[in-house]
Amino acid sequence: MTDNDPSVPEPNDGTNVGGPETETETNSNEKAYWSENIRLLWTLMAIWFVVSFGAGILFRDFLDQFSLGGYPLGFWFAQQGSIYVFVLLIFYYTWKMKRIERKYDLDD
Amino acid sequence: MDTQTLIYIFVGLSFSLYIGIAIWSRAGSTKEFYVAGGGVNPVVNGMATAADWMSAASFISMAGIIAFSGYDGSVYLMGWTGGYVLLALLLAPYLRKFGQFTVPDFIGTRYYSKAARVVAVICLIFISFTYIAGQMRGVGIVFSRFLDVPITMGVIIGMAIVFFYAVLGGMKGITYTQVAQYCVLIFAYMVPAFFISFLVTGNPIPQLGLGSTVNDGSGLYVLQKLDLVLQDMGFGAYTDGSKSMIDVFCITAALMVGTAGLPHVIVRFFTVPKASDARKSAGWALIFIALLYTTAPAVGAFARINFIETVDQTEYAKAPAWFKNWENNDLIAFYDKNDDGVMQLSSGDAFKGSPSYADTTGTAGQRMVTNPPNEESANEVYVDRDIMVLANPEIANLPGWVIALVAAGGLAAALSTAAGLLLVISSSISHDLLKSTFRPQITEKGELLAARIAATAAIVVAGYLGIYPPGWVAQVVAFAFGLAAASLFPAIFMGIFSKSMNKEGAIAGMVTGLVFTFSYIAYFKLVAPDANIAANWLFGISPEGIGVVGMILNFTIAIIVSKMTDSPPVEVRKLIDSIRVPRGAGDAAAH
Repeated sequence: MTDNDPSVPEPNDGTNVGGPETETETNSNEKAYWSENIRLLWTLMAIWFVVSFGAGILFRDFLDQFSLGGYPLGFWFAQQGSIYVFVLLIFYYTWKMKRIERKYDLDD
Repeated sequence: MDTQTLIYIFVGLSFSLYIGIAIWSRAGSTKEFYVAGGGVNPVVNGMATAADWMSAASFISMAGIIAFSGYDGSVYLMGWTGGYVLLALLLAPYLRKFGQFTVPDFIGTRYYSKAARVVAVICLIFISFTYIAGQMRGVGIVFSRFLDVPITMGVIIGMAIVFFYAVLGGMKGITYTQVAQYCVLIFAYMVPAFFISFLVTGNPIPQLGLGSTVNDGSGLYVLQKLDLVLQDMGFGAYTDGSKSMIDVFCITAALMVGTAGLPHVIVRFFTVPKASDARKSAGWALIFIALLYTTAPAVGAFARINFIETVDQTEYAKAPAWFKNWENNDLIAFYDKNDDGVMQLSSGDAFKGSPSYADTTGTAGQRMVTNPPNEESANEVYVDRDIMVLANPEIANLPGWVIALVAAGGLAAALSTAAGLLLVISSSISHDLLKSTFRPQITEKGELLAARIAATAAIVVAGYLGIYPPGWVAQVVAFAFGLAAASLFPAIFMGIFSKSMNKEGAIAGMVTGLVFTFSYIAYFKLVAPDANIAANWLFGISPEGIGVVGMILNFTIAIIVSKMTDSPPVEVRKLIDSIRVPRGAGDAAAH
């Protein structure tokens, strides 16, 4: 294919300024930041999966033996609980990422 | 004041509000037109996203679908909210950091390829038009039911309003009208929900009411009572579904991933100032959405109880006024199979298809239908599921202003979604096709004019689809989510998280996901609708859930192809490094 788009913009973040040495330093800093982000993502995505697909679908029949007020527990996760956890997950991630970004001095 | 006058006042007031906002927030540049200038407060953007997202289907139809499918309705509740976790964690902050105007912008730049950009535009236009036809239809239906104007007239009024603020204000106008529309629609949804929850359970909070005991002295919980009543009448239990586990799993996953891949939702996150604001904004959007989505299952369950209690074993002659009102609006029909003048409800359809009314009335005074009866079922009442929200205030005997509020809310939901969709269609044409692909020399003024012309053309097409809905529209909502899940989501995701994904891999993946998902849905929904049964499905996955398989195929093919071809050039690797760190997002960069 010969359709290379000439309009690829240069990164405009200003983090990679300076000589080659600062660049390597920034890079290892950015790498550490990124792998911490990825670890956090794995944890949160696991919770995301467990409350919806796990509790609401795969293990619903088991959880339905228990109840939360008038809700069978699995049914509650499917129609209420998973949604509440989703909201908490996003706000936790927002808060945690801000701290991680500050730690590596990469916040915006 | 009578209800009809109140409806005119409420709808009129809300429309003048939208028009006022449109005049106040005209767009003067392409940046204002595409991304509202890029300086929208994250909470405000969250509210606009919620209105953008919650369509006529969420407002009018969802509670009714849950009321009649019980546990199976969970796929929509989890699917249409869980996608926001994917957006906030995996896509939105990086796309904001990337800092351009459209989804094809990202795909075209990241995969250094005009072909990739054009494939993305094709996916986007197809997804958005499928979606928008339903919105214009929703506008027409609300107008005809509540304001007594013909559907065609209703669609034209809706088109005129959307034209005014979408074409004039672009993303800027849309953002602020969507905030107003969110307020109208959530108020309109919650007020009747509080009333009904209080009437049925004594607890006004619907989320708690659904877990409480019924207010009838029986001491039964709401869900227990529903299970008992439904099983008595020959239905399955409310808390048990009829879909297979794998199908529930796949539909939920396809809706989640599809939500995260819908262009009109993604672009909302281009309007906030910083990458970290995109995360925060997605969180607020989900709070605003969750308010309605956690209420809907309660509304559905209460409405089902109320409906059964009021209608079952009731003489038609003594049926409440709302029953006859909605019968006159073609949403209810009574087919007196045993000719006793009493309405019996049970499982199964009363007759085949939706009612086609004859001009005659039956012995009890009911409108006769010409449909052949379904002799296998004793059920005598046809009811359209949309009634569960639309007629809820009347069923619960609420005052006229609540009914007027529901009319204004339904319109707000449909108009806000339609406007968001029109914007992504017009910007993909003026920005991605004209400016970035075919006419790079176009001036900013020319591009803005092109965007407005494209928006106008898109409104006309959408209106046409609303007035003359092709038979397939209702059948293919699965398309929008399935295609977004199978084409756009994997391309964007790998563009951020994989440095080795190249243009050959991405294009091959998108095309495979698109073609596979499209063919599967088209085969079962359009070509051979009679074959659309579980036994014929691949792994027992219905067309609604097949987008997940398309997504897996997309990932697989993309990875294999990228391993066999050249890795992406060094400036693309630098671009990926840059979008991964939040620092320096600054302004959305113009070309």
